[in-house]
Amino acid sequence: MGDVFKLPVSTDLIGRILDGAGRPRDGGPDIVADEKADIIGAAINPYSRRSPHDFIQTGISAIDCCTSLVRGQKLPIFSASGLPHNDIALQIARQAKLTGSDEEFIVVFCAMGITAEEYNFFRADLERTGALENAVLFVNLADDPAVERIITPRLALTAAEYLAFEKDYHVLVIYTDMTNYCDALRQIGAAREEVPGRRGYPGYMYTDLAMLYERAGLVKGKKGSITQFPILTMPGDDITHPIPDLSGYITEGQIVISRELHQQGIYPPINVLPSLSRLMGSCIGEKTTREDHKSVSDQMYAAYAQGRELRGLVAIVGEDALNERDKQLLEFSGVFEDKFLRQSRDENRSIEETLDLCWTLMARIDTKYLVRLDQKWIDKYHPENRK
Amino acid sequence: MKNEGLIYRISGPVVTAIDMKAAMYDVVRVGTEGLMGEVIELHGDKAVIQVYEDTSGIRPGEIVINTGETLSVSLGPGLLTQIYDGIQRPLPTLEKEMGVFLTRGVDADAFDLEKIWTFEPQVSVGDTIVGGQVVGHVQETDTIVHKIMAVPGAGGVVKSIESGDFNVTQTICTFEDGSDMQMMQKWPVRTPRPYQQKYPPVIPLITGMRILDFLFPLAKGGAAGIPGPFGSGKTVTQQSLAKYSDAQLVVYIGCGERGNEMTEVLDEFPHLIDPNTGKPLMERTVMIANTSNMPVAAREASVYTGITIAEYYRDMGYDVALMADSTSRWAEAMREISSRLEEMPGEEGYPAYLSTRIAEFYERAGRVETLNGEDGSITVIGAVSPPGGDISEPVSQGTLRIVKVFWGLDAGLARQRHFPAINWLNSYSLYPQSLDQWFRDNIAQDFPEIRTELSGLLQIESELQEIVQLVGSDALPVDQQLTLEVARMIREYFLQQNGFHEVDAYCDINLQYKMAKAILAFQESAKSAMASGSQLGDVVNVPSRSDLMRGRLNKGYIDTIDDMVKTMLAEIAATVEEN
Ligand SMILES: Nc1ncnc2c1ncn2[C@@H]1O[C@H](COP(=O)(O)OP(=O)(O)OP(=O)(O)O)[C@@H](O)[C@H]1O
Ligand SMILES: [Mg+2]
Repeated sequence: MGDVFKLPVSTDLIGRILDGAGRPRDGGPDIVADEKADIIGAAINPYSRRSPHDFIQTGISAIDCCTSLVRGQKLPIFSASGLPHNDIALQIARQAKLTGSDEEFIVVFCAMGITAEEYNFFRADLERTGALENAVLFVNLADDPAVERIITPRLALTAAEYLAFEKDYHVLVIYTDMTNYCDALRQIGAAREEVPGRRGYPGYMYTDLAMLYERAGLVKGKKGSITQFPILTMPGDDITHPIPDLSGYITEGQIVISRELHQQGIYPPINVLPSLSRLMGSCIGEKTTREDHKSVSDQMYAAYAQGRELRGLVAIVGEDALNERDKQLLEFSGVFEDKFLRQSRDENRSIEETLDLCWTLMARIDTKYLVRLDQKWIDKYHPENRK
Repeated sequence: MKNEGLIYRISGPVVTAIDMKAAMYDVVRVGTEGLMGEVIELHGDKAVIQVYEDTSGIRPGEIVINTGETLSVSLGPGLLTQIYDGIQRPLPTLEKEMGVFLTRGVDADAFDLEKIWTFEPQVSVGDTIVGGQVVGHVQETDTIVHKIMAVPGAGGVVKSIESGDFNVTQTICTFEDGSDMQMMQKWPVRTPRPYQQKYPPVIPLITGMRILDFLFPLAKGGAAGIPGPFGSGKTVTQQSLAKYSDAQLVVYIGCGERGNEMTEVLDEFPHLIDPNTGKPLMERTVMIANTSNMPVAAREASVYTGITIAEYYRDMGYDVALMADSTSRWAEAMREISSRLEEMPGEEGYPAYLSTRIAEFYERAGRVETLNGEDGSITVIGAVSPPGGDISEPVSQGTLRIVKVFWGLDAGLARQRHFPAINWLNSYSLYPQSLDQWFRDNIAQDFPEIRTELSGLLQIESELQEIVQLVGSDALPVDQQLTLEVARMIREYFLQQNGFHEVDAYCDINLQYKMAKAILAFQESAKSAMASGSQLGDVVNVPSRSDLMRGRLNKGYIDTIDDMVKTMLAEIAATVEEN
């Protein structure tokens, strides 16, 4: 990439499908450029950033309650092959909005090395729901050249930056699949006979990924924003593999998809325990979501974590050995998965609905065991007190 | 050969120029855009240059100009409250020149050269001044007096000395030999500043984090490593240290990490008050932000820029704390440059000199007698980001060989939301021996013994836990069940400390001691109550114990804790009579 590659940018990009090198693949005309932008993208001066703090409601309870997404955040999905990460991404693309606002996102969709079948699935869904009109697609398929795959996310981000920072749009960039991108990076490194790093990936992969992920954010003096939602599949379901590992070191948290939950038939199979949104603290609470959000989220998490742990113990000592508190927590962990996690692919829960649901479910546990809930929220929101 | 050459080859941040006269570490301007670089290797008329800005788009044949200066840090009043990139360009100035995106080829002074400071001399005409000696001072911020020192190696007999308002480039002192000095001086970035001698570290750096101060204390002038997988709390810990530790000055290096984290510090620090001085934290802070997407060569330099600034304030007699987040990114920058130089790779592709560089860096920590006879220190705390969280890799190992404090972050604890997620079983500090006298004299005579008791209980807990995993806790004898309760109290009440809690994020060292004593008092009274027939369940569930534990989240706890402990002990004693 020694030479600087440029992308013609204009708001005409919205609604278009381009290939991995920026050429139309929807049969439409060439993009008439307002300007041509360098795709490498300059780094944002850290002093010029604005801190993200606007809560994005995805309508998915597990995410909204436990790993809240913030406008300007980079929050990846750590998935694995055969899991429904694409459905989740599409559901988020359809449903994401700011609470108390009708402002919509422009979705910049960046496909890297995915199969034609996956691509058709995405495209059909975006067309069916009308989302395509508010989207730009950059598509590099599995049989397209790997070299182009290195360029594709840079094109997508260049378009995103133009729309966000020149045209004031709020942009949601979805990449799938970062693993294919990293494999292309490895392939090219090998062809150049570079000294390989861990598992054959180039030593500079951290920096290379940072050059993509760090293009998320908000900057002073500009209204728009770039939120990134990268999807990656963990080879061998291994979270310590260099691809999820280096990503996790750069992104602001991660949403982890669980094969176990998927096999139990739960959609979306999000394991909240290893999931984290590092910016959550800045976007939840009285002014943005609801005053009890933090307390509820901590309690849901703690109760579920304890319940899950008890499953292991019960397998050894049997359920009879549990005391009353442990029995309730164990039961709760099942309900958590069945009622809280589980929702349908077109079920769009508001944050109030999600939090109310949490209270309904937590009410199955004796209040004296709900030590992470503030008394004032119990008085106000506990179903018994609301009657 | 002349001071100009031509670009011959470009490999990422490494550019080779030919036909140019140069010395090692000369600063050069590369290409038509004049990108800043530094000569790092010489082969005849070939100079290998590390370029501190993005090199994409520059081409062979473009010009390279040697400035003849060595890469150095500007030192003088105006450093504090600044935020720099890795090569000491102030980010606010870059914003003014370039807008919100960092472009290339812009030069910027490290601080305002025009700003007027009121200089108060401390020497007189005829005095003999040696390098490092203080000739006067200015009030840099509310809390920090900036001492103006002769450059190490310079000095002479004072011919004239000024007093009053000057900017940093005006002459404030002349010497008989015709030399003179200004308030600003330059120092080569890769050369440690000299001092007279190193002292043994005997004073702790009090951090306000209980697990650190109590169990794994760090000395002023010591060095600590914080390795941990992603999301385990390296940055939160480093930021807490920057906020609350009792260093007089903080140099915070964001080395190859996230932009938003630096923004957070910038947003927060001006509004936060230093618990030790009552002044805004920003007034004692210098920040260096070379984020992961900024040029890697400048990332490599950022660590040296930071430590040189730290040494400069140490030389004034201050206790400086330096945080580097993350040293792994620094090591990776070295690796990348090394591979561009086609050096023989060592372990995991890192250059063979990696561990030497790490050791040299941490060796710049220390408590010293400065050239002017003051006592100053630099405490270095380096985050390490091992791939996959596995610390058998070269950067972690190179760090652990040299630092005396290891705060090991644990993914499992982070997942349980036990913060700070520092593993109390495998972390260590080698300083207690030299610090214990200080703790005895300043906090409590039995401080070291209390520490030993707490860590002993945690050790026993981990052994008992193995049994509990197999048979459940009810199968243990009651005295061991009590031990588990006490250990749980240590973990949940003492070790856990939310870095974002408005009250508990910082805990006074005297309060830490009271809390530790409260735990042991609970244990003691529970034991004797149970010996007199009380039930374990009654003893652990006395309501005043949870009041005591929750109390730490309230302001003024240090004033109420003694009474709360008394109430708890009385309630526990009362369980005997109920039986
Ligand atoms: N002391 C603490 N108190 C409360 N929360 C904490 C604490 N330490 C860590 N956390 C939580 O863990 C998250 C991750 O911490 P942090 O950003 O410090 O990790 P890190 O080790 O620096 O990760 P990375 O290597 O990816 O930069 C924080 O966003 C916060 O939610
Ligand atoms: Mg960090």
